[in-house]
Amino acid sequence: MIDGVVAADSVHETLNAVYLSESRRVLATLIRLLGDFDAAEEAMHDAFRAALEQWPRDGVPSNPRAWLVSAGRFKAIDAMRRQKRFDPLDEAGAAAEIAVEDTAAWTDEESVEDDRLRLIFTCCHPALSPDAQVALTLREVCGLTTEEIAHAFLTPPATLAQRIVRAKAKIRDARIPYHVPAQAELQERLDAVLRVIYLVFNEGYAASSGSSLTRHDLSGEAIRLGRLLVELLPEPEAIGLLGLMLLHESRRDARSSPTGEVILLEDQDRSLWNGDQIVEGTRLVEQSLASRRFGPYTIQAAISAVHAEAPSAARTDWAEIVGLYDALLRLTPSPVIELNRAVAIAMRDGPAAGLALVDAILDRGDLADYRLAHATRAELCRRLGRCADARASYTRALALTKLEPERRFLERRLADVRRDAKDTKDTKDTKNKKAK
Amino acid sequence: MKYLCLVYLEEEKLRAVPDHECRACGNGFRERGLLVAAEALQPVKTATTVRVRNGKVAITDGPFAETKEQLAGFYLIEARDLNDAIQVAAKIPPAREGSVEVRPIRELDA
Repeated sequence: MIDGVVAADSVHETLNAVYLSESRRVLATLIRLLGDFDAAEEAMHDAFRAALEQWPRDGVPSNPRAWLVSAGRFKAIDAMRRQKRFDPLDEAGAAAEIAVEDTAAWTDEESVEDDRLRLIFTCCHPALSPDAQVALTLREVCGLTTEEIAHAFLTPPATLAQRIVRAKAKIRDARIPYHVPAQAELQERLDAVLRVIYLVFNEGYAASSGSSLTRHDLSGEAIRLGRLLVELLPEPEAIGLLGLMLLHESRRDARSSPTGEVILLEDQDRSLWNGDQIVEGTRLVEQSLASRRFGPYTIQAAISAVHAEAPSAARTDWAEIVGLYDALLRLTPSPVIELNRAVAIAMRDGPAAGLALVDAILDRGDLADYRLAHATRAELCRRLGRCADARASYTRALALTKLEPERRFLERRLADVRRDAKDTKDTKDTKNKKAK
Repeated sequence: MKYLCLVYLEEEKLRAVPDHECRACGNGFRERGLLVAAEALQPVKTATTVRVRNGKVAITDGPFAETKEQLAGFYLIEARDLNDAIQVAAKIPPAREGSVEVRPIRELDA
């Protein structure tokens, strides 16, 4: 009697573990076999329900995943027949029927791994809106609930649910295929997948609005996705993106104070950086660079790796960083990258050199409404002792920021500049001369 | 599965792509068994809009909505899925001047 209870408990534990490790694989294969997202989801839940009944009685099957796929498929065909929608001409039904004969389809390791890749590429299909790509990827590939995604993106759950419903309807009605793209279009389609993953990461790393600067769960989810992609499709840029995310993530504990205040890279306590993530991230960067087929994610990761190996901001190889920004600008010209390069130049050649570049970018009007451009200008002016200019730029940056911790940071800096201006009224002229 | 590729162009670009190029494109699609039908349209100022309200036919001049780009022509194609349809649409010459909307055809209920 007691043995039976213990056995049942351990079956439940096994089932939970199988759900965590296999449910996404099972779903990905069922979508291929049934040709429909909703039918596959329902079938998967039916399969786990059947397992909950049968496994305690009959024991855990030797290949739980194959059992679940098979059970799910039978349940789906049953459901189709019951709804009298079953018709041999109906394609989903026909596909499911064909799959009955083909047991290799859900036991063969390679085709199952392909299913997960198919699922990723379908969820990130460029015919879906970017918002829908993100929502669908988190829902179907990561297995997050609609409520969890809505919460993480500060979106009403009903809006998010509708976004997912619409995306699934478009996949079905416009017939977006469940395919891994052919070699000719793989690079372009992979870029879309990487964009989704990085967007999820950044949403978690630096929320664009709201009171919390880090939403760890989304960053962790993005890193898991990155790992999965590298495992399934070890392309250099996928490897570079995973490295980039790990290197950014390694600074999580150092980039804000316990009270949530922003700490800039140069002021961070580097002993708080996560050494394991830095080692892994750096290794991935090197792996991607060695392929000689790397792109912008790898170069950004390489920049991050240079910071990671420096004992302090002053002892960072800024010349190397400037060189990497030059390479990045050649691949993807953008005023934001120019701004970052200007900061590196300021570190290499002094704040005046950096400020000249920042002013040139702002004069073009490209980043006139970009808060970090004004914050950067303010910081460089402050270092040059140009307090009035620094004040004006901090004020402009403050007006543009939506993030509460960032606002507090800028207000602190603004107050510092005001105090500096008072303290150094007499020595200001000398300072200015020195800076020149 | 059928997709309708709707070609949109700004008024002044309606003749930007030479007709012989469009004809060659349509013939190419037809030879590969991809084409159901294709036509170019007269400018939108020749359009008449017809509505039936309470059994009465109401006729108005012009298009349904005023937009910068107008419907300039269409290709009704046969494709396996959206990826294939997109590949065909990308080969339609005016795609480089304006845009091509790819719409799946809905089969009418039996």
